[in-house]
Amino acid sequence: MTADNLVEIDDVTFAYDRRPVLERISMRFPRGKLVAIMGSSGCGKTTTLRLIGGQIKPTRGAVRVNGRVVHEMGREELYAMRRRMSMLFQFGALFTDLSVFDNVAFPLREHADLPEAMVRDLVLMKLEAVGLRGAHDLMPAELSGGMARRVALARAVVADPMLVMYDEPFAGLDPIAMSVIGTLIRRLNDALGATSIIVTHDVVESLQIVDYLYFVAEGRVVGEGTPEQIRAAPVPVVHQFVHGEIDGPVPFHYPAPDYSQDVGLGAPRAEAAHA
Amino acid sequence: MLERTRLTLTRVGHNFIENVWRVGAMARFFAALLLASGTSFNRFRLVMREVYFTGVLSLIIIVVSGLFVGMVLGLQGYETLQKYGATESIGVLVALSLVRELGPVVSALLFASRAGSAITAEIGLMKATEQLTAMDMMAVSPMARVIAPRFWAGVISMPMLAALFSAMGVFGGYLVGVVLVGVDNGAFWSQMQAAVDFRYDVMNGVVKSFVFGIAVTVIATFEGFDAPPTAEGVSGATTRTVVSSALTILALDLVLTAFMLRGNH
Repeated sequence: MTADNLVEIDDVTFAYDRRPVLERISMRFPRGKLVAIMGSSGCGKTTTLRLIGGQIKPTRGAVRVNGRVVHEMGREELYAMRRRMSMLFQFGALFTDLSVFDNVAFPLREHADLPEAMVRDLVLMKLEAVGLRGAHDLMPAELSGGMARRVALARAVVADPMLVMYDEPFAGLDPIAMSVIGTLIRRLNDALGATSIIVTHDVVESLQIVDYLYFVAEGRVVGEGTPEQIRAAPVPVVHQFVHGEIDGPVPFHYPAPDYSQDVGLGAPRAEAAHA
Repeated sequence: MLERTRLTLTRVGHNFIENVWRVGAMARFFAALLLASGTSFNRFRLVMREVYFTGVLSLIIIVVSGLFVGMVLGLQGYETLQKYGATESIGVLVALSLVRELGPVVSALLFASRAGSAITAEIGLMKATEQLTAMDMMAVSPMARVIAPRFWAGVISMPMLAALFSAMGVFGGYLVGVVLVGVDNGAFWSQMQAAVDFRYDVMNGVVKSFVFGIAVTVIATFEGFDAPPTAEGVSGATTRTVVSSALTILALDLVLTAFMLRGNH
């Protein structure tokens, strides 16, 4: 472990009920950098975030945050670590019974014993940063998808975390909302001096904002590099991803028996018997 | 035929093991809930908010049902007591049936369908929309912040709702017995006062409603917490809350009544 890396994933394998999701992956997330984990749906990207957050334990290998092995931490230590990290969930995961203001204030009120006037100032500052100060008294149900994501972003950074993890921050957003979120992620990362990890399958948006990328396919790291290196990457799966090709190393079809047999066009052997 | 029998047996066995497992999981859940209850008492505001949602919002259904049940008891009781010329005892009949049985049991059944189902659906949806995971990732225990306040709110609300149900029922019996059919007002109340024992009748009813409150809220919170995070998962969990709560209430009532009657003699 070098002091430059906030998070290190070392030779980690993870399986759900013996079905391997990740196989011997290793990644480095240097302090202050914005790193993306890319790959198609179901390749184990979100699982990686859950391993870093200590929600699940690796089958083998270790995840280290700030030099400490996450799965060896007790509950107290794990919660102490989580207070210094935050996660933006795919659909925001805003608390539906709290207003926008109370959602953003939630981490402060739970953990920091601050006077209410200070909570108010901090919350309004973060909401201003995501452009939603005027929406502070709305309820989550009254927000559009893009606005909800921005509120969740404000909530994720309200306590100035050392690490922010974004799970599919661009999913289901229109192009404007997408570049708003992308710009905010970059700006907040630099302003807070935090380390950020983005899990995404949005190539165009993330190549513009990140410092480094990992490509994951079928549970393995199949390519990595800076955006410039990736754009010219020789690895087929990365090429397929960056250029959006439908079929390739990431197959279009879910594994299935032979098509002609399945639609009853007769197995070759049966035809031979009739002939 | 043999194969079908084998499959049926396998399914029955599987369901049995599954249900035993769920009971165990619920017991562990209950223990974890009690351990995480510190926050609920330190920040009692959280509990009071849930008392509003589970208790205060159940008031209308409890008050109206209590009134109707009391009125029906009054009519039925009068009909029967008339044959023995004992219509003055109608107050006793109404009061004893309510404080001993109908108050705790019917109000708990109503509470399970009104508040229990709402608790399950709310927690299930919070889980499905990752709100519970988000909370856990913010180092806030969902058990302490979401589950325990709802549990204690239910435990606090239930005996009060049952008491209110009984009170409304007695009032309903009074309306039918005294106001409508003309039983003597003084006899109605004085016989009731003489026959209803505070320790054995009223307190036992309170104990019952307290136990039912624990049972219903544990089932409701567990089903929500355990619900598969899908639309079918949450709807199935809500149904299970109402069905298992109802069965649990009736079974517990039998057990509690058996103990309490023996204690009476």
